[in-house]
Amino acid sequence: MSSSAPKLCVADVSMAFKTPTGAFHALAPVTLSIPQGRFVSLIGPSGCGKSTIFNIIAGLLEPTGGRVLIDGVDATGTIGRVGYMLQKDLLLPWRTVLDNVILGMEIQHVPLRASRERALPLLHRYGLAGFEYLYPSALSGGMRQRAALLRTLLFDTDVILLDEPFGALDAQTKLKMQEWLMQLWSDFSKTVLFVTHDVEEAIYLSDEVHVMGTRPGRIIATIPVPLARPRIRHSVLSGEFLAIKERCLELLHLDPKGPEAVNEAA
Amino acid sequence: MTAQDTTTPVGAMARLDRSQPQPEASAPAAKPVRRLPVQKDWPTWALITAQIGILVGALSLWEIGARTGWIDAFFWSQPSAIAQTMTIFFTTGDAWADISFTFRSTIFGFLLGTTAGSLLGLSFWWSRNYAAIVQPYVICLESIPKLALAPLIILVFGIGLVSKVAVATALTLVVSTLTAYAGVKALDPDGEKLFYSLGASRLQVFRKLVVPFCLPWIISVLRVNIGLALTGAIVGEFIASQHGLGRAILYAGQTYDIALVWVAVLVLSTLAVVMYAAVSWVESMLRKGVRQ
Repeated sequence: MSSSAPKLCVADVSMAFKTPTGAFHALAPVTLSIPQGRFVSLIGPSGCGKSTIFNIIAGLLEPTGGRVLIDGVDATGTIGRVGYMLQKDLLLPWRTVLDNVILGMEIQHVPLRASRERALPLLHRYGLAGFEYLYPSALSGGMRQRAALLRTLLFDTDVILLDEPFGALDAQTKLKMQEWLMQLWSDFSKTVLFVTHDVEEAIYLSDEVHVMGTRPGRIIATIPVPLARPRIRHSVLSGEFLAIKERCLELLHLDPKGPEAVNEAA
Repeated sequence: MTAQDTTTPVGAMARLDRSQPQPEASAPAAKPVRRLPVQKDWPTWALITAQIGILVGALSLWEIGARTGWIDAFFWSQPSAIAQTMTIFFTTGDAWADISFTFRSTIFGFLLGTTAGSLLGLSFWWSRNYAAIVQPYVICLESIPKLALAPLIILVFGIGLVSKVAVATALTLVVSTLTAYAGVKALDPDGEKLFYSLGASRLQVFRKLVVPFCLPWIISVLRVNIGLALTGAIVGEFIASQHGLGRAILYAGQTYDIALVWVAVLVLSTLAVVMYAAVSWVESMLRKGVRQ
């Protein structure tokens, strides 16, 4: 594989919605280029179009302009090309954990027995041993997210979109889930696009953080995260990490220096 | 009345007086000490004895009243006569044919109405335009008292079993349709989003998401529908029929055979209870299967 061709390319994608008061520009032309195996985060205030970008990449929304390329091939408006995990786990309450996890394969007509055989070892290895035949109602929030993520992974696409997967979890569970996700990512070498509200989470997990702005939604800065991997919890206290965090917060207009910074930026 | 009015305050005063000796009572607006009311549960045998006692008491009063002429036995009949008629009904009459007729019309109407209604309700998921066009008609159908259409249905379908099934179907169909449609409307759009992101076809979303999601809604209406179906079947028999418990009731009423009216009503109630219990059982089994 040549490293020059990006795995996922979002080329000048824009989105405008018609409203009674005229067109609403949800997304100014946005360009993203993500090489194979990268972990890239999008952060930004609510309403900056993060979810719109995800819906467009997943083919659930036809962009007003621009194209989505996967492996250099046009994938605009086609579904089933990327794994997409929404903030809600959306586990089906009438299916066991195992049968929830294989949903993607089932939809792709993989024989039931083969997909179960593939899923079981993964459930065991990634912290869901003993829960395979339980229904989702018996699982804690963290466990449900794990099952939802494994469902996304087992869908077998190179690109995975994670839309605030840990947004609804408590702080402690969230940290555990981040470590767990890092483990999965290094085991499966997927290309991950991650949306979060949590700046620290974005930096800790990512190779690169894109900061977005609103009205219209656009990328205002791209910040590389050169911290060595595997990362440890302590690195969130390192000077390098804090410098990146400060820069991100500044860009998000959440600068601790106060409202002057906001005015300056505006 | 006035005598009672004056005595009550005196009684209250007397009670107050008894509490006077305590020093706190002189303080203004002392909070009354109140304990949590506790109900003692009777043992099961006592409850059952009470229930049987009421039944036996009521029947005895009825019988005695009828014998002493205090109750007009011509209009109300009496338990002993009803028991006699019951024996005759089951030994010489065509009781089982009547029961079977009513049972069949009810079950066929129930199955047909529930199935067709559920499918119709689920079908609204397929197209928003189609749902928008058809919905007003469904609501109109709901507001029409379906039983008022029964004479027309009998006219069209004849006086046999088919017309009774049709009335029972008419009653159950709309309820099922609206309930299944309520399920469809409660569907989380994000669930559909998940399925489509996995590359699902519309048929796959329907079979693997919409149907299982709406099943609890459909199941929840089964018990209501069995009652409605029975009502439909009986009303159909009232209007025109040669068989069935509804016809037996109507015939007995017209010939002033009040004991037979009671017998038929009793048998009908038993049938209703049995069917209700059976559907409840089916419902609990289905619920276990659906897990929601």
